[in-house]
Amino acid sequence: MAFYRPARWQRPATLAGLVALVALPAALTALGQEFYIGFATRVLIFALAASSLNLVLGFGGMVSLGHAAFFGIGAYTAAICQQAGINEALFAFPAAMAAAGLFALLVGSVSLRTRGVYFIMITLAFAQMVFYLFVSARAWGGDDGLPLAGRMTLAGFSLAGDSALFFASLAALTAALLAFGRLAQARFGRTLQAIRENETRMEALGYPVFRYRLVAFALGGAVAGLAGALLANLTGLASPNLLQWTQSGTLLVMVIIGGVGALYGGVVGAAVLLGLEEVLVGFTEHWHIVLGLLLLGIVLFAPRGVAALFGERRG
Amino acid sequence: MTQLILEQALNGLQFGLMLFLLAAGLTLVFGIMDCINLAHGSLYMVGAYFVAAAAQVADSFWVGLGAGVAGAALLGLLLEVSLFRRLYQRDHLAQVLATFALILIANEAVRAIWGPAAIMFNPPEALAGPVEFPLPHGAFFYPAYRLVIIAVGLAVAALLYLLVARSRVGMWVRAGAANREMTEALGINVRALFTAVFVFGAALCALAGGLLGPLLAVQVGMGESVLILAFVVIIIGGIGSIRGALVGSLIVGTVDTLGRALLPALLRATLPADAAATLGPALASILIYLLMAGILFFRPQGLFPARA
Repeated sequence: MAFYRPARWQRPATLAGLVALVALPAALTALGQEFYIGFATRVLIFALAASSLNLVLGFGGMVSLGHAAFFGIGAYTAAICQQAGINEALFAFPAAMAAAGLFALLVGSVSLRTRGVYFIMITLAFAQMVFYLFVSARAWGGDDGLPLAGRMTLAGFSLAGDSALFFASLAALTAALLAFGRLAQARFGRTLQAIRENETRMEALGYPVFRYRLVAFALGGAVAGLAGALLANLTGLASPNLLQWTQSGTLLVMVIIGGVGALYGGVVGAAVLLGLEEVLVGFTEHWHIVLGLLLLGIVLFAPRGVAALFGERRG
Repeated sequence: MTQLILEQALNGLQFGLMLFLLAAGLTLVFGIMDCINLAHGSLYMVGAYFVAAAAQVADSFWVGLGAGVAGAALLGLLLEVSLFRRLYQRDHLAQVLATFALILIANEAVRAIWGPAAIMFNPPEALAGPVEFPLPHGAFFYPAYRLVIIAVGLAVAALLYLLVARSRVGMWVRAGAANREMTEALGINVRALFTAVFVFGAALCALAGGLLGPLLAVQVGMGESVLILAFVVIIIGGIGSIRGALVGSLIVGTVDTLGRALLPALLRATLPADAAATLGPALASILIYLLMAGILFFRPQGLFPARA
């Protein structure tokens, strides 16, 4: 892999996409398809979560199979905030980011001492611990999860309407992608990608490799926490399902489908995977088989992900 | 109390030995071929279904077990030749994606064929009752079927040890785990060796699934939870090491079983009731993960690293 550099068409394409997305709720309402506003919000939220994993995996080269932990902790933090009487997202969302980010800092500081497969497995182990902790915590709903009484308010405006939550999610995703894009080209991102390419050399050059990785890992965790808090608002529930290792697998699959280390990899992957799910469910009850076969096809025939098929420029 | 501890220790041994059957195949595939196989748990699930279905048709548990294990070995052969062979040279991400896809396919295929409900099937009638052990403090009863599982597990472990540590093929396998290129350069047909190891691993999966079938419910998704445990085992033991897999399995099996049985009682004795009610099950479930994180922190390569 080479260093990230945006393709020439990326900025106009992004602007066009953004305009289309801003107009989407109004268009769907005009067509009488309000249901799909909720679906689009789900895609945006998963795109945010997958993008945060892509920062860790694509730019940082750390294959984490425990990202669901940060996602779920964000969701639970939002629900717990509401349970404690805090219904303002301006407080709850940063709290979710802080909780997930701090936990990521803890997980990272232990797991980043290991390499390769061992890193994959130790991140998985931490995620499993979080899963079992929340399943056993009766004060927070145990197996059933912790429901939200209703959606939160953002700076006083209610997120109860589907469009309101859609725009909040869109804003979060846009901000995150802008930040990641800038970061990838900044000194920090360059160093991070250089460590991915050749850790030993960066170590020899005197870069604090461990610290760079840890910061990226914690940042990814924090953004995943934000996605979790948004998802809890969308579904009205912080569920232990969010913490299951298969959820980490799904996020990983999204990034791989979309393109590892491509800025929009997470977005493309989330849209493709959730879109496929939505379409296939309509055709057959056993859509998982079709999805599985498609994924196998991607592994065998499009090794660098769907985004790479469109040729994001590298080098 | 002695009875409880003895019973749970035997349960832990039995669980550990079954984990070993799964972990042995996984650690070899992992160690020699450097291939992450998330679908290893699916082989266990499909194997259990094969055994259950064959046992129903043949109306005999042992015939069913044999047929199911053979079926799973055949499936393993097909998978290795058609898919895994292409994955060995790819990076870990591609392997994760492909085998994750296999999990989706396997779960859904099983659901389509056998339905979503769990299948119950019985151990052989001769083994249905308990066995009595006379102890100084009174008799101790333990189910005969579980004793047979322990015996089979021990026999397979011994066989595997002889095979890996004492036979020529085992020497190739160990050589492959230590240094693949060198083994190939010495003229070993590593490709055929890979296929054989993979098929063997699939058969062991089905053996574990079939033996555990009468004790647990045979159902969709049974592979995922046990897969994670098998991974914990091979990480603790050191990837590619059969000895590590055995030690890791016994540690994980015993710690998990004893933790679940004894920790809640222990906490109730020392902590206030409501704190113990929450903390007990949580701590019991995460005990093995804490253990693994701890071992990795001090020995990042596991207890018995194959590439020392």
